[in-house]
Amino acid sequence: MNKTVNQKAWFLILPVLVLVAFSAVIPLMTVVNYSVQDTFGNNQFFWAGIDWFREMMDTERMWDALGRQIAFSAIILAIEIPLGIFVALNMPKRGFWASFCLVLMSLPLLIPWNVVGTIWQIFGRVDIGLLGYTLDAMGIDYNYTQNFYAAWITVIVMDVWHWTSLVALLAYAGLQSIPDAYYQAAKIDQASRWAVFRFIELPKITGVLMIAILLRFMDSFMIYTEPFVVTGGGPGNSTTFLSIDLVKMALGQFDLGPAAAFSIMYYLVILLISYVFYTVMTNLDKRDGH
Amino acid sequence: MSVSAQKRGGFRIKGNAIVMGLYLLFLLLPIYWLLTMSLKTNTEILNTFTLWPRDLTFDNYLTILTDASWYTGYLNSMAYVVINMVISLAVALPAAYAFSRYTFLGDKHLFFWLLTNRMAPPAVFALPFFQLYSSVGLFDTHIAVALAHCLFNVPLAVWILEGFMRGVPKEIDETAYIDGYSFPRFFIRIFTPLVASGIGVTAFFLFMFSWVELLLSRTLTSVDAKPIAATMTRTVGAAGIDWGVLAAAGVLTIVPGALVIYFVRNYIAKGFALGRV
Repeated sequence: MNKTVNQKAWFLILPVLVLVAFSAVIPLMTVVNYSVQDTFGNNQFFWAGIDWFREMMDTERMWDALGRQIAFSAIILAIEIPLGIFVALNMPKRGFWASFCLVLMSLPLLIPWNVVGTIWQIFGRVDIGLLGYTLDAMGIDYNYTQNFYAAWITVIVMDVWHWTSLVALLAYAGLQSIPDAYYQAAKIDQASRWAVFRFIELPKITGVLMIAILLRFMDSFMIYTEPFVVTGGGPGNSTTFLSIDLVKMALGQFDLGPAAAFSIMYYLVILLISYVFYTVMTNLDKRDGH
Repeated sequence: MSVSAQKRGGFRIKGNAIVMGLYLLFLLLPIYWLLTMSLKTNTEILNTFTLWPRDLTFDNYLTILTDASWYTGYLNSMAYVVINMVISLAVALPAAYAFSRYTFLGDKHLFFWLLTNRMAPPAVFALPFFQLYSSVGLFDTHIAVALAHCLFNVPLAVWILEGFMRGVPKEIDETAYIDGYSFPRFFIRIFTPLVASGIGVTAFFLFMFSWVELLLSRTLTSVDAKPIAATMTRTVGAAGIDWGVLAAAGVLTIVPGALVIYFVRNYIAKGFALGRV
């Protein structure tokens, strides 16, 4: 749709601007403020320049958390995106069973995040959990509070359980928009199942898939509650992701300066990667539009 | 025969059903476990391993529904979720209209800037929010949590609504103006009903993201506005964790979400189809 130029449209945006300025800009400025100052208490602050940033860059702690975070996001994207597409391809197209699947699949999305953690905690415990008990009975050494691999597998399976449905629902919606004529043409050409997927279905769902990848990247990069409830960041620091580490530093130890410097770098990393995704996405939109 | 999307062959339907069955089983098994545990006594949970409750009890639910410190958690959560939905929709509707209809100075940058707030890790904002709301005297109120959740919900609402509004032909606006409608009257009487399903989908996602959030709502409350999610940490007592009550509380947090899904099930696919989540 061609839009008209109208500078007065700013007035319609104004309420959003005021609200977001209050709930985002002011807090963010506070963080910036802390990141360049130091204090000896008594609310007396003095200029510290980029010392905190330099200090954070030199510590192992942030780099380790960042490494774990990137590994976590990469693993869950590598599992959830293909699995989500696969599930979407197998969903019923219409009728009662389609609604049935939709409702059940949306269920994990609407469970409060700490309850997701609780569910997996209860499910995975060796003494009272179905999963933990079964694995233990099979002779597999599974204890997510002590074993490094068990903790990682639990956190990853939990995220797959929680969010694969979102990818599947997005891909499903994309698939629904493909006209039947495309499939009929493919049938006439005797295209294989793989060819249908590769040349018809995949190009048509690229747009929604980009959104799915963007959302899953953003949310997995900020993950806090679920691993915090299940493993508490342990055993040791093995599942301490960026947000968990940050909250520990800011609200636990009250190290305002380092925490603020950490926050800003954390936010910038997310912004940078998201910006790349967003640009690719809008370019895809434009290409489809023409 | 090559396999097409017209999945009429008996074999294909069975293959699909098996895949979906396994996936749904994977989704429901942990939830089933939570449900059974909420119906067991703590003695049964800790001493014997049973696949379903042998000694069926509703005491865990009774504890929650009769103890004010428990059920006010649900009321508090509901309160800030609803306030947040109302505020977000009220400010996002005109903004989404402006983005969908007009170009103006800096509109594209503004749109991306709004989205960046959806990308902001709540952990970054927890401490500054705490200080900001404490300094204006809003700490431990429903409105504080509702405003804090606007951080990610308002950009989301603008994003989803803009997608829906783009689908409404512009000729409708022009006809209404020729007929002598003023902007507010046109917007409320004619335009809003046209995007009603979009508003429904948006409300669903606003509910979802506000309802599931814990970090900010826990940081900004202590007693009076404490959400159920934070109350659940209470079950860790002197005698260890009260698993039965914890599970029952978990089940009860799933119920509102499940009800909402049931009512909007026909819109969900449509909302996702716009790819604006």
